[in-house]
Amino acid sequence: MSLLAVENLSVAFPGHVAVREVSFAIEPGETLALVGESGCGKSVTAFSVMRLLPPNARIVSGRILFEGGDLLAASPPEMRAIRGKQVSLIQQEPMTSLNPVLSIGAQIGEVIRHHDKLSRRATRARSIELLDLVSIPDAHRRIDDYPHNLSGGMRQRVMIAMAVACGPKLLIADEPTTALDVTTQAQVLDLLDDLRRQLSMAVLLITHDLGVVAQWADRINVMYAGRIVEQAGIQPFFARPMHPYSRGLLGARVDVDADEHYSSNRLSEIPGSVGSAAGEAGCPFAPRCPLVEPSCRAAPPPLLAFEAERRVACPVTLEAAHHG
Amino acid sequence: MSVEAGKLADFGNRAAVPRKGRRLRAFLRNPTFVAGVVILSFFVLLALFADVLFPGDPLDMVGPPVLWPGESAEFPLGTDSLGRDVLAGLVHGARASLLVGLSAAAIGLAIGMVVGAAAGFFGGWVDTLLMRVVELFQTTPTFLLVVVIVAIGEPTMQTIALAIGIASWPTVARLVRAQFRSLREADFVMAARSLGYSNLRIIAQEILPNALPPVIVAASVMIANAILTEAGLSFLNMRDANVVSWGGMIGNGRDLLRTAWFLTALPGVAIAAAVLSLNLVGDGLNEILNPRSDP
Amino acid sequence: MRMGRRILTTLRRTAIHAGPTVLGIIVLDFLLLQLMPGDAADVIASESGVATAETMAALRERFGLDQPVLTQLVNFLGHLVQFDLGFSPRYNMSVLDMIMTRLPGTLLLMVTALSLALVLGIIIGSIMAAWAGRWPDRVLSVVVLLFYSMPGFWVGLMAIVLFSVKLGWLPSDGSMTVGANLTGWAFVADRLDHLILPALALASFFVAVYARLVRASMLEVQRQDFMRTAQAKGLHPFFIQLHHALRNALIPVTTVAGMHLGNLLGGAVVVETLFGWPGMGRLALEAVLARDFSVLLGVLLLSSLLVIIANVVIDLLHAWLDPRIGAA
Repeated sequence: MSLLAVENLSVAFPGHVAVREVSFAIEPGETLALVGESGCGKSVTAFSVMRLLPPNARIVSGRILFEGGDLLAASPPEMRAIRGKQVSLIQQEPMTSLNPVLSIGAQIGEVIRHHDKLSRRATRARSIELLDLVSIPDAHRRIDDYPHNLSGGMRQRVMIAMAVACGPKLLIADEPTTALDVTTQAQVLDLLDDLRRQLSMAVLLITHDLGVVAQWADRINVMYAGRIVEQAGIQPFFARPMHPYSRGLLGARVDVDADEHYSSNRLSEIPGSVGSAAGEAGCPFAPRCPLVEPSCRAAPPPLLAFEAERRVACPVTLEAAHHG
Repeated sequence: MSVEAGKLADFGNRAAVPRKGRRLRAFLRNPTFVAGVVILSFFVLLALFADVLFPGDPLDMVGPPVLWPGESAEFPLGTDSLGRDVLAGLVHGARASLLVGLSAAAIGLAIGMVVGAAAGFFGGWVDTLLMRVVELFQTTPTFLLVVVIVAIGEPTMQTIALAIGIASWPTVARLVRAQFRSLREADFVMAARSLGYSNLRIIAQEILPNALPPVIVAASVMIANAILTEAGLSFLNMRDANVVSWGGMIGNGRDLLRTAWFLTALPGVAIAAAVLSLNLVGDGLNEILNPRSDP
Repeated sequence: MRMGRRILTTLRRTAIHAGPTVLGIIVLDFLLLQLMPGDAADVIASESGVATAETMAALRERFGLDQPVLTQLVNFLGHLVQFDLGFSPRYNMSVLDMIMTRLPGTLLLMVTALSLALVLGIIIGSIMAAWAGRWPDRVLSVVVLLFYSMPGFWVGLMAIVLFSVKLGWLPSDGSMTVGANLTGWAFVADRLDHLILPALALASFFVAVYARLVRASMLEVQRQDFMRTAQAKGLHPFFIQLHHALRNALIPVTTVAGMHLGNLLGGAVVVETLFGWPGMGRLALEAVLARDFSVLLGVLLLSSLLVIIANVVIDLLHAWLDPRIGAA
């Protein structure tokens, strides 16, 4: 049984549908990357798992099975028992994700006291241990500091400490390094990976950075306009991206290894914009796709399997791949 | 004015102030603002046409004393202890309250804007000195200051308005100063300076129009507070004996609180309604001029 | 401790800053009072019915009112340094003693009113924010706006009509039942009975201000990322509102509450007069009418000092609530 199985999830806001019939699964201990550009619905999907959507969002359909139980059918007290303990969240902006008026010790401590019901002294000791675990120097003094006393990278480490405090089975990381500089990025991602191994934790990594995905993920889901268009293992994906959108994304990377430089070749880009998907009855990528055919616009193509572990939502590509 | 300078001034103004037509529609679409304006207009009309609706002096004794509202068709809202028509008093009182409110706010705004603009624009010792003066005024309890100033002169409408205005300019000054401090570093100000505009011109033509939105909102609050302060003063008998005011009517009715409480209730309702309309206008203006996406 | 050091620096800063301000207030008020027509001698003479030139001159000489203005000012300042506020012609006792009989009354009223306003305002504002856009919010918004628009003294009058006249539950005059010689709990209950209506009248306006502010502030805080972080930890919603949201939302409230302290004393003038409450506000009014400048000056001075002290307290409260203040 998968640790997390999302089945046919659709989430709507007044005015547009953010997530359409999304299905994927995460196995214990693995890192699944959810990739796409801004607005493709990846954050909404992640927040849906924890049921932390804004009040105007509506979950239209689907199930979210965590260890077999449907989270969408869970009562509020049941969800509160799961949040922070079984499933945790790290957000994008470390500057604003911490409460400015409470010390970091207080903020780490409250999740421990809430779930594990330790005494004050035990909580404080455990909090210091956690700060050590995430490599914050001088932990026994830093614990009484406030968020504004820390740098961005350190704040994100504190967020990670809070998230892993109760030993969750699944950690959802929403663009955890987007707001950090490149050096800090690498450190934080290293830390996440280490912890994942130490604590046998699965990670749902939301990002738009394919470089990050290549280094740290086990499997990848590519999202476009609310739908998943490709699912694959990391090696096969980067060796041979199949969906036209995936190929566009990888073609658009400036890869030092591949000897591409902007002065010698034009950066390849995907023509058009995401907005063209609105109101499209068929495949959302059709308006921008170089391989589009009339049948593509009739109905959204389903995710079809190709070899083991790979699914692609493009019959045209699959057709070509089987014959080629 | 050269063509370039004119265009530049336009650019500076246009960049920060939206076109008139669009703005007017935004005003009309805001229900808070519209409701406030409607109620306020009602009182303004009452004040303007008081003499037509109720000719003669409202302080005249015209009927038997202490008639309750509804007892007599001639005096729909009753009479007070001296047989004066309550309804006539209320209508004429609208004039007094609105006049005092408007003039007091105008005085406060005038002084406050000048002081605030000077402090915010010039900075340095001018700013320090003026802010000390502001502090002096703000450390003294406002109402006491008004009472003292009214006691210096005769308690006429004009003195009362002046006193309230003098006591209320510090808030405006602080507001205007904050606006000027942030706006004086703006690009269009630098552009105006580079064209050799005089300081006065920059203050009046460039910065002031852009500093106005919060001041406009504050103005409605000031008028509301002035009316409330005047009511308090009148209640304490520091009022113009020749003029009917709502606060004065409440003061007069105080002695009959046990038997004829309508004499204190009705003028208070009038005050509340008038001040409410001003607050609605102020709230509406705030929503329009400082839009936020908030339920 | 961080807080202790902060208190010392704030006090020192205030003492340096407030010195010239207080001096300025004294001079300003002194000059203002000189502008008033008539003086204490006039009032006393007219009241006692003996208005001959000799009696007036004698009165003026006795109270030093015939001296040139500057001399009077210097004398006043000289006495002030010795904590002597002068002598009141009207009440026939030292100004300081006179004020001390009235100061506790005002403090009691002001502190009660402000606390009441804050507590009610925070509760109502939080309810409005929690049900934002739905009917509890709409209804409360109208009620709050009404209280914001009604004169405080009128609210007091209507409260008297309802609770004193019609229902007979509460008294409407003074701060206690005179001559009853109550002790213990009965004494406290009697004082409380007399305190409720004036405190409510004084607080009514400010409840509205704080409710509106708390509503806006809480709604602003809900949109912050750290709220989602708190939810993601699985904490109970009520705990999150109380512990995370409110502490942030209260920061602007303390600023505004500080600014209100000056107005509170002024508003107390009318309420004290209405309820016959023995306080400094009523004393000031009486002093104005009696042209008793010594008392009036004393009251003005003390009120300003109260405002300065209140600002210090608010500053410290602010720093306690928001650790970002004072950070390098």
